[in-house]
Formats: sequence, C-alpha cells, structure tokens
Amino acid sequence: MSAAAGPAALPRPAQVPAPPRRLPGTWTVYRWEVRKLRSQKRAYLGLGIAILIPLLFVLALTLRHGPGPDVAFGHYVRQSGLAIPLVLLIFGSVWLFPLISALVAGDIVASEDHNGTLKTILTRSVDRGRIFGAKALVAASYTFLALLVMGLVGVAAGGLKSGLHPLTTLSGSRVSVGRGFVLMGAAALVYMIPMLAVTSIALMLSTVTRNSAASIVGTLMISLVLQLITILPGLGGARPYLLPEQFNAWQGLLRIPIDWGPIGHAAWVCALYAVPSLVAAYLVFLRRDVAGG
Amino acid sequence: MRLPPQDPDAPVRAQELSKRYGDVQAVDSIDLRVEPSDVYGFLGPNGAGKTTALRMLLGLIRPTAGSATLFGRDPLIHGARALEGVAGFVEAPRFYPYLTGRKNLELVAALDGGGSAERIDSALDVVELRDRARHKVGGYSHGMKQRLGIAGALLRNPRLMLLDEPATGLDPAGMRDMRQLIRRLAEAGMTVLLSSHQLAEVEELCNRVGIIRSGRIVFEGSLQDLRAGSGTGYRLRTTDDARALAICQSRPDVEEAHAAGDGLRLRAGTQAAAALSIALAQADIGITALIPETATLEDLFFRLTEGDGAGPTLTGEPGGGPGAGDQDRGEVPVGGPPRQEQPV
Repeated sequence: MSAAAGPAALPRPAQVPAPPRRLPGTWTVYRWEVRKLRSQKRAYLGLGIAILIPLLFVLALTLRHGPGPDVAFGHYVRQSGLAIPLVLLIFGSVWLFPLISALVAGDIVASEDHNGTLKTILTRSVDRGRIFGAKALVAASYTFLALLVMGLVGVAAGGLKSGLHPLTTLSGSRVSVGRGFVLMGAAALVYMIPMLAVTSIALMLSTVTRNSAASIVGTLMISLVLQLITILPGLGGARPYLLPEQFNAWQGLLRIPIDWGPIGHAAWVCALYAVPSLVAAYLVFLRRDVAGG
Repeated sequence: MRLPPQDPDAPVRAQELSKRYGDVQAVDSIDLRVEPSDVYGFLGPNGAGKTTALRMLLGLIRPTAGSATLFGRDPLIHGARALEGVAGFVEAPRFYPYLTGRKNLELVAALDGGGSAERIDSALDVVELRDRARHKVGGYSHGMKQRLGIAGALLRNPRLMLLDEPATGLDPAGMRDMRQLIRRLAEAGMTVLLSSHQLAEVEELCNRVGIIRSGRIVFEGSLQDLRAGSGTGYRLRTTDDARALAICQSRPDVEEAHAAGDGLRLRAGTQAAAALSIALAQADIGITALIPETATLEDLFFRLTEGDGAGPTLTGEPGGGPGAGDQDRGEVPVGGPPRQEQPV
C-alpha cells in the first residue's frame, strides 16, 4: 500500500441500508464448494484411487490365469468386461469406497474449521444451513463421482481385457450388453444408498471432531468395525441391520426377476445410519461456536 | 447520571453481553455502543475478551447471556441478514491458500450474493494487491493477507467495518499503511470498530474507546473524557520539596502527592493547584515550576487494565453522554492506583 501511484479511492459507503436482497442459495455455495474441491489434492487422490484399483484388478487378472475371484460375478470376469465393475463393487465396500468418501466428507467441514476459513464464509451473506447443505451435497456428489469413475474405468479396462459381451446374471440367465449397462447404472445408484450413509457419518465426524484426520480414520474404523461384527459368531441376528450388509443390496437388480426386497431393506436401514448423523451434524454446525482461526 | 435515549439501530450495540467457557468468564456482561461514523477503539490486553466479544457481534459465537445487534439486527435471530452492511474480520483474515487472491475474492463476492463481484478490481486497487491477485494466497505474506482481508471486507461496501488488530504482525511500513487505510475508511464515512492493543494506533485514529479488562468494560467514552476523568496531574518543583510535600499531603483538595525524581508529583484539580501555590507562598516556599501533565493513553490504559480494580473512578462522559453505555452506571471503576513513575 505504499506504491508511488498511491492507492485507489475508496468507495463511499451507503449512508442508508441497502434494500433487502436475495441471499445466495445453496446452489451458489455448492458451485463454489465444487471449485474449492477441484483445487485440492485430496480430491484427486480419491479419484486417482478410483482409477487405479480397476486397472490393478485387470492387471492381476491378466497376470494370473484360472477362474476369477470367488465372489458374485467373480467367475464371469473372463467372459465379459461388464462383470469387472460389479466385482469391484463387492471388494470396494470393505474399505475402498468408505475411504474415498471419507477423504472429502471427513474433511469438508473440519478443514475449514482448522484453517479458519469457516469464519470467512460465515461472515458473508449466507446462512449456516445453506452452507451445510451445500457441503453435504458436494460430499455426496464426490462419492458418486468416484463410484462413476471406478465403474467407467472398470468397464473400459474390463472391455479391453475380456471384451464387452452379454452378462450372466445371478439367476444364471444372460442379458445383452445394453441391458447390462443399464443394470450396472442402476446397481451404482443402489450402491450409493449405503455410500450416502457412510458419507453422512464422515460428515458428522468432520463437523463434530473439527479434525480431518480423526474424521477420515474414524469413518474407516466405523466401517471396519461394522464389517467385523458381521462375521462375529453369535451376532447373526444383527447382520441384516448392519451397514456393510447393505452394500450387497444392488445384487437384487442382477436377478431375474429383480429382487427389490434387499433394496427396500437397505434404504431404510441406511436411513437409520444417515439421518441421525446428518441431523446431528446439521445441528452442531448451526449452533457451533466458531472460535478458532 | 441519565444517558440520552439510545438509538436501537446503532451500528453496534451490545447489552449485558456475556460468554462463559466452563469456569472461565471470557466476557462478562459488557455494554457497548458504537455510533454512526465513530472510529471506535476497542482496547484491552491479550486475553481480555476483545476477540470473543467481536465474534459474538458477528454471530460466530453464541453469547451465554445478553444480546448484540448490528444496525438493530441480532445475528442469532436474523442470521446472515444481520450482517448486511457489515464487514471485517476477527483475528487474522483467512483465505483458501490453494486459490488465488482474485478467486478468493470472487468466492466471498459470490457468497455476498454476487453483486459485489464488480468491485473486485477496485478493492484490489485500494489495497494495492492487483498485481498479485493471480497468485495463490498460500504464497502471500502476512501483510498481503491482511490487505486481502480488507479488500474482501470492502467488497461488501460496508457501513460498518469491524477490524480485529489489523496491524498485528505487520512491519512498520505495513502498520503505517494500515493506519492510513483505516483513516481513509473513516474519512469515507464508514463506521469503524477497531480492536487493538496498539495504543498509538488507537490514539491516532479513534474518537471513542471502550476498554475491556478481564472480560469487563472498565471504560467507554471519548478519549477526551478518558483523559479528563483521570484528573489533572502536576509536576512541582520548589525551593523546599520536603516541606512542600508535607503541605501537599495535609491538604484535602490534593488527591495524591509523592516525591518523584527531581521534584514532586501530585494530582489535583485546577482550583486546588491554585490554592496550593498560595499556601506554599505563605509558607515561604518558592515555586520554581508547576507543570500540568496530561496522562497519555498508555498511562490511562495501564491504570485501567492493571491492578486490582479497587482504584479511583473515571467518568465516561459527563452530562449524560455515551460514557458507560449503562444508564445505572455513570461512573465506572478503573484499575489500580497510578504507577509511581508515571505522571499523575
């Protein structure tokens, strides 16, 4: 501020209050949250993992002869590239997708708090609720994007490895490539149901702990502990209500006729995880003291 | 003492504002009022509660008790609407280090409703950051971030600017530039609430001050009243200081007298000083110097913010001005007794 030319003239402030104007909506905040995410390395780290895993899987298939993995669709990975993303959905539920989701959802509030930028955006003309809503939407969008990227890379790599041939369903019948793509898209949408629950948990941890690392690790720990409970003897009765089980609901789409039961079940079970997490995060965000930074 | 009716739509008004963290009373029932076009200095030592109070004003922290309004609107009730016409920052302004300066301003402009985006260039010109606007904020110096914070605040075309120690961490040139900028803001008609512990800065820029100590307001009013309320001090040199001191101490209208360096220091009103000079003459003591001394803001600040709080009182604004901001409290207690080596 000491340049020879001198600073520019200051605008004279309005002497009367400006007429009330529309406050920016959630969509405005969402667009800026996306722009911020695009500028952060962690966003690319998650997407990089989503690209790398299918490539590694196909590489492993190429290097190793014999049948595919012993999971649903595992035996068909050498018959049709369409089976490969479906197998990845099964493997990814254990830690991969929870990790990718948590990378962003677990960081999206905590990092703002840690860096002090929360006070920057909260002292502008946006209500806290809209900021939270936009952050939740961005976290969900990112999770979906990662799923989409992995699916597309899986199909591309699988197509190169095994070709795009009709897909054998879990009922044993074969569906055309076109229908196979439709079913894969639908499977991804159903897979998003438990993923949204994981995202909500990560968002809640991010809001409550104000610590990115704790939120990311915490989300993974919760995911792994729930996985552990599903295999503990004596807790079989709890399995249908555990989050990891809901990651298999999409398989109902790959039966003929389609089995909607697991999908409906997953929807309400996941809501039991997601809604309290989101409500808790929302209330904490709305009422929190922004004392840091 | 009765104060005039207060404008409920004053730029800043805090009533019985309190914040408690567990056992710690960070802010204790403070009353503040900033009038239009004030450059109001909010003074206090580190940890006195300045920043907590500012955060409550901006709605970043929920008060434990009391209320705060900006132009009559409470952030807890009116949300973002309460910040219309208000801008500023608490502690250091924070931006996204991975975005450029311009992108950061575009972001905050978007969060203001987008209308302020057209002011980005002029705001960058005001703080002279236009040349660096394309660089990421992560590479900015502390001073540049402070200036970007000002630019971000100017985008809102505010009527009230809240600045929390804006010169902290700046080099002398940066501090000078920041003061010039604040002066220009005030000249442009902006109301400024400046939290600071840079006493020279406050003395130079502010017309009114609020002094906070341990979470409580110990003075609120004009700098002139602050000085007037502190009493007039004199330095006295005589032909016989020992006897002169005894006479001073025997007179009830001399509030305080003690030997200091090459003479005496005393506190007394103008009439008392005149009467004292006659008394000394009658006692055959020659007066070689009787020099009135005005306490500096620093002296007053230390008096108000150090000690046990059992000292004399300062009058906020005599005659019902906005002295204490509290109609039942025309006089406010100040800190401990004056320090020995300071002018009285």
